[in-house]
Amino acid sequence: MIRYLLPLAIFLGLVVLLVVGLRHDPSVIPSPLIDKPAPAFTLPTLHAPDKTIGLQDLRGGVSVLNVWASWCVECRHEHPQLLELAKDQGIRLIGLNYKDDRAEALAWLKSNGDPYSTSAFDEAGRAGMDYGVYGVPETFIIDRDGVIRYKHIGPIDATTLTEEIRPLLERLRGS
Amino acid sequence: MQASPGGRGLHTHTFFRIVSQAILLLCLHSMPALADDAPREFSRAGDEARYLALIEELRCVKCQNQNLKDSTAGIAADLRDEIYRMMEEGMDDAAIVRFLVDRYGDFVLYRPPLKSSTWLLWFGPFVLFAGAVIIVGYIARRRRASAPVLTEAEQGKLRELLNRRDGES
Repeated sequence: MIRYLLPLAIFLGLVVLLVVGLRHDPSVIPSPLIDKPAPAFTLPTLHAPDKTIGLQDLRGGVSVLNVWASWCVECRHEHPQLLELAKDQGIRLIGLNYKDDRAEALAWLKSNGDPYSTSAFDEAGRAGMDYGVYGVPETFIIDRDGVIRYKHIGPIDATTLTEEIRPLLERLRGS
Repeated sequence: MQASPGGRGLHTHTFFRIVSQAILLLCLHSMPALADDAPREFSRAGDEARYLALIEELRCVKCQNQNLKDSTAGIAADLRDEIYRMMEEGMDDAAIVRFLVDRYGDFVLYRPPLKSSTWLLWFGPFVLFAGAVIIVGYIARRRRASAPVLTEAEQGKLRELLNRRDGES
C-alpha cells in the first residue's frame, strides 16, 4: 500500500508547493517597517513650496500615506480607488510625491483629480528611501501613534480597497 | 549562379568582416548595461574597493536578479549614491548594510542571515538530501532482501550445468 501512497503523497506535496509558488508575487517584498514607528520626514508641500509637512503633522489620527508620481503609469490605475477612498468620512489621505517634477505633478493632479489632503514633495526621494519605497505606487497606513500598520506595494485595486484597506482603517480608528 | 573561386573567397571575407563587426557592435551595445555612474572620488584609500565589493554583494530591490552594481533601475542608482555618501561619512560596512536592511529587509542580502525564519532556506537542502539518502537506502535494502534464493534442487542443477560447460571446453 505504502508503495502507491508514498509517491502520491510526494506528488501532492509538490503540487501544493508549486501552487503556493505560482500565487506568490516575487516582486512584492515584505517590508521590515510593519509595526515599526514610521520614519520621520519633513518635506515641502507640493502645492506650497514654502510650507512643510512632516510625520509630526500626522500624529493623533490614522493616516494613509500614498506614494505617487506623475511619471508612474500604475498610479493612473489606482487613482479611481484613491478618489473613492477620499470620499470616506474622516479619512486623512496624504500623498508622497516621489521623485517628480513639481509642475508636472500639479498638472497631473489637476487633470486626474486630487484625492490628497496634502502631498509632500519628495524631489530627491530621500523620504521614499527611508520608507523602503522601490516601486511606485506604494501605500502605507500609519496609526495614531505613528506606527506603520500596513503596506501595499503596487496599485490598489477595488478588492484591496474594500477587503483590506477600509476594514483596517475602521479597526484602527475604532480602537 | 556560378561564382569564381576568387569571388567566393571575397564573399567569405566580406561575410566574416560583417559578422565580426556585428559582434563588436553587440559588445559595445551591451556596455551601457553595466550601470555604473560617473567615476567616484573616495577620500580614504581602500574605500573604492570596499564600495565595489559592497554594491556587488547587495541585491537590487527593483530588478531582483541583479546586484546594485549592475542594475540600471533608478532606485539602484539612488542606493549607490547613498552608499557612497555613507562611506564618505565614515560608516563601516555593517552600518551601511543595516541601513539597507532596516528599510528594505533581508531581501537586499544575497546571503540571508541565519534566523528562525530562514532555517528552511539554509537547512532545507540538507534535509532533502538526508531524506533522499534514507529513501534510497530503504529501497536498496528491500531489493537485497527480496533477491531470489535458489532451492537445494536448483543449486544442484546449476552446479551440474556449470560442470557440463567446463567439460565441453
